[in-house]
Amino acid sequence: MITTSSRFHADSLLSWLLRLTGAAAVLVLGGIVAVLLIQSAPFLVEHGSALWRNDWQPGQTRYGMAAMIAGSVLVSVLALVIAGPLAVLLAAWLRYFAPLIRRPVLALVELMAGIPSVVYGLWGMLVLVPWINQWAPPGASWLAASLVLALMILPLALLVTDTALGQLPARYLQAGQALSLSRVGMLRRVLLPQAGPAIVSGLVLQFGRALGETMAVLMVAGNVVQWPTSLFDPVRTLTANIALEMAYATGDHRVALFVSGLLLLLVTAVLLMLSWRLRGERHEMA
Amino acid sequence: MRWPDRLAGMIGGLLLLAVLVPMGLMLWSLLEQGAGVLSMDFLLEDPRQAGRTGGIAALLVSTGWILAVCLLVAVPVGLGCALYLSEQVPAGTRRAQWLGGVLDMLAAVPSIVYGLFGYQFFAISLGLGFSILSGGLALALMVLPLMIRSAEQALRGVPMSYRQASEALSISRWGWVRRILVPQAAPGIAVGIILSIGRALAETAVLLFTAGYVLRQPDSLLDSGRALSVHIYDLAMNVPGGMPRAAATGLVLVAILVILNLLVRRWLRPAQGAWQ
Repeated sequence: MITTSSRFHADSLLSWLLRLTGAAAVLVLGGIVAVLLIQSAPFLVEHGSALWRNDWQPGQTRYGMAAMIAGSVLVSVLALVIAGPLAVLLAAWLRYFAPLIRRPVLALVELMAGIPSVVYGLWGMLVLVPWINQWAPPGASWLAASLVLALMILPLALLVTDTALGQLPARYLQAGQALSLSRVGMLRRVLLPQAGPAIVSGLVLQFGRALGETMAVLMVAGNVVQWPTSLFDPVRTLTANIALEMAYATGDHRVALFVSGLLLLLVTAVLLMLSWRLRGERHEMA
Repeated sequence: MRWPDRLAGMIGGLLLLAVLVPMGLMLWSLLEQGAGVLSMDFLLEDPRQAGRTGGIAALLVSTGWILAVCLLVAVPVGLGCALYLSEQVPAGTRRAQWLGGVLDMLAAVPSIVYGLFGYQFFAISLGLGFSILSGGLALALMVLPLMIRSAEQALRGVPMSYRQASEALSISRWGWVRRILVPQAAPGIAVGIILSIGRALAETAVLLFTAGYVLRQPDSLLDSGRALSVHIYDLAMNVPGGMPRAAATGLVLVAILVILNLLVRRWLRPAQGAWQ
């Protein structure tokens, strides 16, 4: 038999415990931001403007990150340009043209989404890089990195697009059929525009994932710090740079890597807010 | 069917091939490189010569320990936070939106940033060094949002009538949570745990500077230990002649993940939208 006082005790303990774990999530985010800021602050004050220059030569205390920022952006943009339309068209096709195979294909896609990025990178090294190398050496390049990333973000891009299309009211499709519109016309004029903000919001998040991806890019991009002049030039991204140099970096060099981590965090936050904004506007319209 | 629809149908089929063929090639290249190495001995022997010969036994042990530390932290904290969200924060309130935003942000933080944080905070500030403990803790932070979101979904799925019945019987909050809510949501919570395991096993960048590279069997939680995913990266990039064993390790890892995926699919209804 539980007495009233002990019950009160257990309940208030539980309530405090839950509050504490709820605070833990906030603390983790706060901790990450704080650690990166504390590590980066002195450097930002001292070398802040030098970060945007081109020369990354930590041995000679030159910490220009412009070429690697460009590398990150170029690799991710091309990956999104390849994977985005492919994912949207495939999701629409599965839903409206091939509903019979939709479920098995989505199951497969979900499986793809769980495959480790190192395995995607390994595939890039085994198949893609030698293949590109045949007609445009050295093979490890901007193009290779973008293709591997495209394959990596495609599953989630496809799944969020499918969800966005699934949330459209069935009456749109019925009205279209009653007007005997072609399905292509329906998609182009009604369904895709209606689901557009939700789809774009999902793609923005995938762009963020591409920017933040480390391993797959590291294994196939060639990792030369330079502005690429063609698709076949090797590039180095910010993430790959951290993974490559953290092991031996000391002093300002080490701090510069934390600064690039902070930069990644900021860009991710901005992209997330953009994605919220897009999704929010859809709610207002509905 | 009209011609634009028929054309679109065919183009869609081609697009599907454009995705499936690379995936097929991926599996094929792994099998081509790694199948020759794969055997029972590969799983049971320790690696030798930086992994060029021998197996992956030590890595399986390290991976297991890292995973254990990760789950030991992520599951209770994640479940607690999910309970907090479902019990004490009504959906749609300002606080719910705010916490949801924090979770979305945590989920979006690049894994290499978790690696940097884990390295600085666990390995250096707390003095844990390159160790299984540092790696497991950093990994726990990374899978936390996924764990919280899937557990929260499971908890919110418990019918309102149960809550009303328990309140009518004047069961204490603690009794309700322990005896009714959590047991009822258990399958969904289990899905969350399995999804978290999958995410943790697939992760590499977090572990590079936290759990470290050391290839032998770990003696304790404060020893450095190399995870399977880190092994794949190191063999492929840094060890000449390591490719066959990198591919074989990749096959083992993918096999484990496929089994986890089937587990979720077969026995427990997947939480809808848990991938987001």
